Amino acid sequence: MSATATKKAGFGSVLWDYLTTVDHKKIAILYLIGGFFFFILGGLEAMLVRIQLIQPDNNFVSAQFYNELITMHGTTMIFLAAMPLLLALMNIAMPLQIGARDVAFPFVNALGFWLFLIGGIVLNISWFTGGAPDAGWTAYTPLSIFSEGHGLDYYSIGLQIAGFGTLMGGINFLVTVITMRAPGMTMMRMPLFSWTTFIASVLILFAFPALTVGLFLLTFDRLFGANFFDPSMGGNVVIWEHLFWIFGHPEVYILILPAFGVFSEVIPTFSKKRLFGYSSMVFATVLIAFLGFMVWAHHMFTVGLGPIANSIFAIATMAIAVPTGIKIFNWLFTMWGGTLRFTSPMLFALGFIPSFTIGGMTGVMLGAAAADFQYHDTYFVIAHFHYVIVGGTVFGIFAGLIYWWPKMFGKVLNEKMNHWFFWLFFIGFHLTFFLQHFLGLMGMPRRYWVFLEGQGLDLFNFISTIGAFFMAAGTILFMYNIVWTAMKEPKASGDPWDGRTLEWAVSSPPPHYNFKQLPLVRGLDPLWIEKTEGNGKMQPAEPLGDIHMPNNTIIPLIMSIGLGIAGMGIIYQVDNPMWWIVAVIGFIIFFGSMAVRSLKDDLGHHIHKEDLEKEGDGSNG
Amino acid sequence: MKGLTSKFKAVGALMILALILSGCGEEFLSALRPQGQGASDILSLMILSIAVMMFVFVVVMVIYVFVILKFRKKKGQEDFIPEQVEGSHTLETLWTVVPIILILILAVPTVQYTFSLVDTSPQVNAEGEEEDQIWVNVTGKQYWWHFEYEGMDVTTSQEIYIPTDRRVYLSLHSEDVIHSFWVPTLQGKIDVNPTGNRNEIWIDADKEGVYWGKCAEFCGPSHSLMDFKVVAVSPGEFEQWVKDMRNIDPEETPESEVATAGQEVFANNCMSCHANGTSPNKIGPNVSNFGDRERIAGVLEYNKENLMEWIETKGEEMKPGNMMTTAAYDLSDEELDQVAEYLMSLSPSEITPENAEDNEYIESDLSDLFIDQEENEDEGSEGESEGDSEGESEEDSDSNQ
Repeated sequence: MSATATKKAGFGSVLWDYLTTVDHKKIAILYLIGGFFFFILGGLEAMLVRIQLIQPDNNFVSAQFYNELITMHGTTMIFLAAMPLLLALMNIAMPLQIGARDVAFPFVNALGFWLFLIGGIVLNISWFTGGAPDAGWTAYTPLSIFSEGHGLDYYSIGLQIAGFGTLMGGINFLVTVITMRAPGMTMMRMPLFSWTTFIASVLILFAFPALTVGLFLLTFDRLFGANFFDPSMGGNVVIWEHLFWIFGHPEVYILILPAFGVFSEVIPTFSKKRLFGYSSMVFATVLIAFLGFMVWAHHMFTVGLGPIANSIFAIATMAIAVPTGIKIFNWLFTMWGGTLRFTSPMLFALGFIPSFTIGGMTGVMLGAAAADFQYHDTYFVIAHFHYVIVGGTVFGIFAGLIYWWPKMFGKVLNEKMNHWFFWLFFIGFHLTFFLQHFLGLMGMPRRYWVFLEGQGLDLFNFISTIGAFFMAAGTILFMYNIVWTAMKEPKASGDPWDGRTLEWAVSSPPPHYNFKQLPLVRGLDPLWIEKTEGNGKMQPAEPLGDIHMPNNTIIPLIMSIGLGIAGMGIIYQVDNPMWWIVAVIGFIIFFGSMAVRSLKDDLGHHIHKEDLEKEGDGSNG
Repeated sequence: MKGLTSKFKAVGALMILALILSGCGEEFLSALRPQGQGASDILSLMILSIAVMMFVFVVVMVIYVFVILKFRKKKGQEDFIPEQVEGSHTLETLWTVVPIILILILAVPTVQYTFSLVDTSPQVNAEGEEEDQIWVNVTGKQYWWHFEYEGMDVTTSQEIYIPTDRRVYLSLHSEDVIHSFWVPTLQGKIDVNPTGNRNEIWIDADKEGVYWGKCAEFCGPSHSLMDFKVVAVSPGEFEQWVKDMRNIDPEETPESEVATAGQEVFANNCMSCHANGTSPNKIGPNVSNFGDRERIAGVLEYNKENLMEWIETKGEEMKPGNMMTTAAYDLSDEELDQVAEYLMSLSPSEITPENAEDNEYIESDLSDLFIDQEENEDEGSEGESEGDSEGESEEDSDSNQ
């Protein structure tokens, strides 16, 4: 099943291969396609928002549509773009980096992807059935309870389905890292990206249940007559805020830690130096994750929790700056004394450092509870979190995509176009968001459909919109580059960047069993060690033998579709009880496929020793 | 001596920073141009945090620029292998300890202000006596604001009048979704919750002026149109305003005939939601001093055309999703004109937003207002056995939570 075999196959069989795949490398490509599609969709929503705000009292979109746009922009970008794109990177790189042949539960891996995709599709169907959710991506109650139409029902059901998928992905990666490392790959020899994948998975495991619970309560309030959040029935609206942010704050670390991991791979590779302060980087990652659970109420300083709670959460929030600062300095000193190559992944890493430092600075400023009384819910907050999420996560995603693109598709993206892409995106990003800090302080609250004339807000809003067009232009160039590279660029070697870690010890793209013989890991940056101390190739840790691999299966897709159908039935049963039939059919498909999976033995297949010998040595040539 | 000059330099840099920031935004709206104690306390904390953070940023950027310039790969270095440094205990300790110290520097004033900004206990004056407090019950509704002056028998909507140089204490709650009360020039924002906690905060203004207020918590389609104004007048003028506002006679006949006709239209069509005077009705905004408003519906320019259009269309386009669209009235063009004329004639007090901009300062310690208040309270307790005072005492206990 090497790349040449798939190239000869017809479109239908390739499609079937991807629909049924359980291979982590193909699932990574699926996540990439799904995530990038939603990234473009969320980007379009953002462009409409910025066009609406290009001048005061603008009437480009209606108030209701504007609210749907901001809600869907936030929800799409967080849940359906950033998360899956990071999962794409985790899927392609982490198993290779730890020297595993696949993740621990390939079936669950596929199921996680299909659930995410179906959840995202269900959420976006709302555009065509009378209006998308309109209560903000935070869906604060009771606004989300009172919201008319089915928009918020799509929100709660769609995110619930996508959230199941993410939760499964997280558990899967945890087990993979714990149980499937190659011989010699101790925890403290693991590449930083695998570490951050591991820690982010821990965060997913503990944070997503809070969202699940919150969404269930919301669903029951809206569809089954419960009153958890209805003030007139004695419900408490602040509970939702707590549940949402107990999930929501760790979520931003789920987004940023893997990006930190990407930079911790890219910077050493292109500095030709090992990561400075490796163990303190690991420790800082763990500390950030731990503190990340202690600070959710800094999103709620103005709710009225009282000065004691506010002070405690303020100090905890500021404390996170310490491990984050450690990371920034470690990256700087990794470059110190190295030989820097300014490839496009490295440019994104270099663009990230000042951008994220600004985001971190405003983060500490926001953490000062008293001052947050002014910043809260203004464009200052918008600017801050775009500095961390775009300047951190999105830069990290692009750095990682470009870096691992050869591992996914066997070709290096065109560097010249990627340089242009970086500069357009980087300049556009700062143009869009830097002045928004000041807009907020000058009195512009967030989620404002219009701002009035004569408030001194016109110029900065105009500049901000212009910046957004730069970012859009950059993204279009990147898409063009993808097509151009697929057609024109030559095939890449297994190690096009002069890499240091295990994923560069196999061909690009790797054979579907990854490693013919599991490699023996002799220290941090195992491939680098072999390059400097050995013959440049990984030593095998086992004799050549049969490899046991899982079979492809269509069941994850069918299961997810079943759950999607059930979700639609549940949304509409309030209008007409006949929809219960749809819901029941959906659940039958869902549980039926689960039963088939459980009752029918699928023991996988073996790749025989003789066939492996024929295929060459499987390492980079 | 050297330490002293560097201190001066630091203070100088801070002042320049403050100056740059104060150039940002409008005087009536920008948090960077504070006009009251709350906002200036917060600004000083902001400036401290920006200064600390700028220090960090400069250090990072200096290393960053140096590294990029110095260590870029040069020609002929293809085979050069840099030393594979593991780390450095000294450096790593340094960049762990220094940030901790910086954060401690920031944490102390943060905690201090976090407490003081929401401290609604009475101010103590120079003689060591506790000042009487002006309490206003604030209600947020989609998409307007309602203000009831506790114990003063004054009710108004959309524009809250406060005396300068004195704290006014607010007790806030919402009757529908969550809103947030924000006057950037005077004080930070505080959420206005429909259940649970009834939040309290204080505001004050150093000088007269009309300050813009905003709803800062996403509350529906017209969230961006939920503006209000704080009219800060001198204490003497405020006292006058309170006295005028509590003596409104809603039955009083307006001067012009058109307005008189409008009064009847109003009584027949609008009174069920909109009160004139001190009536507790707050289904819709109170119109007592509608003639003195700065804006119509909080955001539209104040003129008769806009007002008539608003009443005719029930604000459907002007404030999408507002609750007036459910009102059942249907007025003819003539009636529209009459009711608009009537509303614009409602000006029970000589004190209007103009007084906030005339620089005329009338002294008062406002003690008159509190004497009346005590009398009112006495009457209240005497009449407790009577049926109709029950609502009032309930309200009192509500606001004391």
